[in-house]
Amino acid sequence: MSEPPTAGAEPLRVDLPLRESVARSLRAGQALRLFGEMYTARDAAHARIVQALEAGEAPPFPLPDATIYYCGPTPGRPPRPLGAAGPTTSSRMDKYAPTLYAAGVRATLGKGERAPEVRLACREHGAVYLVTLGGAGALLGSRILEAEVTAYPELGPEAVRRLVVADFPAWVAYDVLGGSLFPGDCPLD
Amino acid sequence: MRSLPVASILAPLSDLCQRLSWELPADVRQALAGAAERERHPLAREILAALLENQEIAQRDCLPLCQDTGMTVVWAQLGEEVCLEGSLPEAVNQAVADACDQACLRASMLGNPLDRSSNTGNNTPAFLHLELVPGDRLTLHVAAKGGGSENMSALWMLSPSQGREGLIEAVVSRVQEAGGRPCPPLVLGVGVGGNFETAPLLAKLALFRPLGEPSPDPELSGLEAEILARVNQTGVGPLGLGGDTTALAVHALARPCHLATFPVALNVQCHAARHGTVVI
Repeated sequence: MSEPPTAGAEPLRVDLPLRESVARSLRAGQALRLFGEMYTARDAAHARIVQALEAGEAPPFPLPDATIYYCGPTPGRPPRPLGAAGPTTSSRMDKYAPTLYAAGVRATLGKGERAPEVRLACREHGAVYLVTLGGAGALLGSRILEAEVTAYPELGPEAVRRLVVADFPAWVAYDVLGGSLFPGDCPLD
Repeated sequence: MRSLPVASILAPLSDLCQRLSWELPADVRQALAGAAERERHPLAREILAALLENQEIAQRDCLPLCQDTGMTVVWAQLGEEVCLEGSLPEAVNQAVADACDQACLRASMLGNPLDRSSNTGNNTPAFLHLELVPGDRLTLHVAAKGGGSENMSALWMLSPSQGREGLIEAVVSRVQEAGGRPCPPLVLGVGVGGNFETAPLLAKLALFRPLGEPSPDPELSGLEAEILARVNQTGVGPLGLGGDTTALAVHALARPCHLATFPVALNVQCHAARHGTVVI
């Protein structure tokens, strides 16, 4: 098996919201440390966001250059704003992702392989798909500095939350050229 | 007969459910540490080290290991000499709700699968499987089972002519297709035989066996070893990002089946293999 390009390399600091020029410089396999703002959304929230867009209504947070984290955290206990907060399986959001990338979302963050449509959307819109440590909710929760529910509170763990993170580990899974970190993924063309 | 008021399970079961959320059983920790030592792929080694660090943070701070604190599966082995006083399902659900509240677990159960807003708010109901066994004890085997790995599970009604090789092929391809989605490294529960409803239950119950303990049946332990070797040759690796460690263990259970059938079920368990037992 070939070694991914980043093994052993120093992770790159990336500030969020993610500017397009920065997204375009990232390559599949690169290790990152994320700093700044992201929004959580899972299946139920995605259905509502896309419904809002289709109805011509405002989305629950500004989409241009946004990072969406596929995460439904456990409740926090002081002093932590959240408990465990690892990624959920990204492929469940595949049917919504191209629409959101087209609306300006610059990065999605989750775990696992996705449909080819998502890689195509990343390439078309100059966006990326990032992965983080599936099942490491305690570790990732410790990198979240702030959290507040900003939309759909009735969805409980699936509500939209604005997070501020620091030193949050991630890897570039799909880049703007159609490249993929997953060993099983074939070239797009 | 031994009379057993069901209230006596409340505290021990709630305590176990809470502890499982932040403390991986020793067998799983050892399996992860062993895999981290053997793994040859640098990124995979880095990920396995992060998973062990996650376990340390969770245990130190009593924080859930994973935000999916799971659905509670209880395999109750009830001694035939026990006379239960009260409703066992009600007591189990009461303990599960108490653990959800006390340990700030995630409420992950929908009362109505067709209604996304029907969260029960306390992670009930639990999934209770009852087995009658000799003796005067009540043994509760408990697992906190995540949804992402459950989604990658499968049942195949294979043709008997597909045989052992067909079984292995089905399991290995499923793991390969699942890739990083179910949070590998995995534990695979394989149910062999039985019928349409029992094969998946066998696969689930196989997951309760301590990791590293092979089946006492030499034919099944050989099957487990072969599937484990084949799965770890796929290169899926930790979180699907490549490596030698796709599964930590394979556990198989078999039951008699109808001669026209060959049911095989796979229950996929993520690396947060949270299982434990209380005996009352």
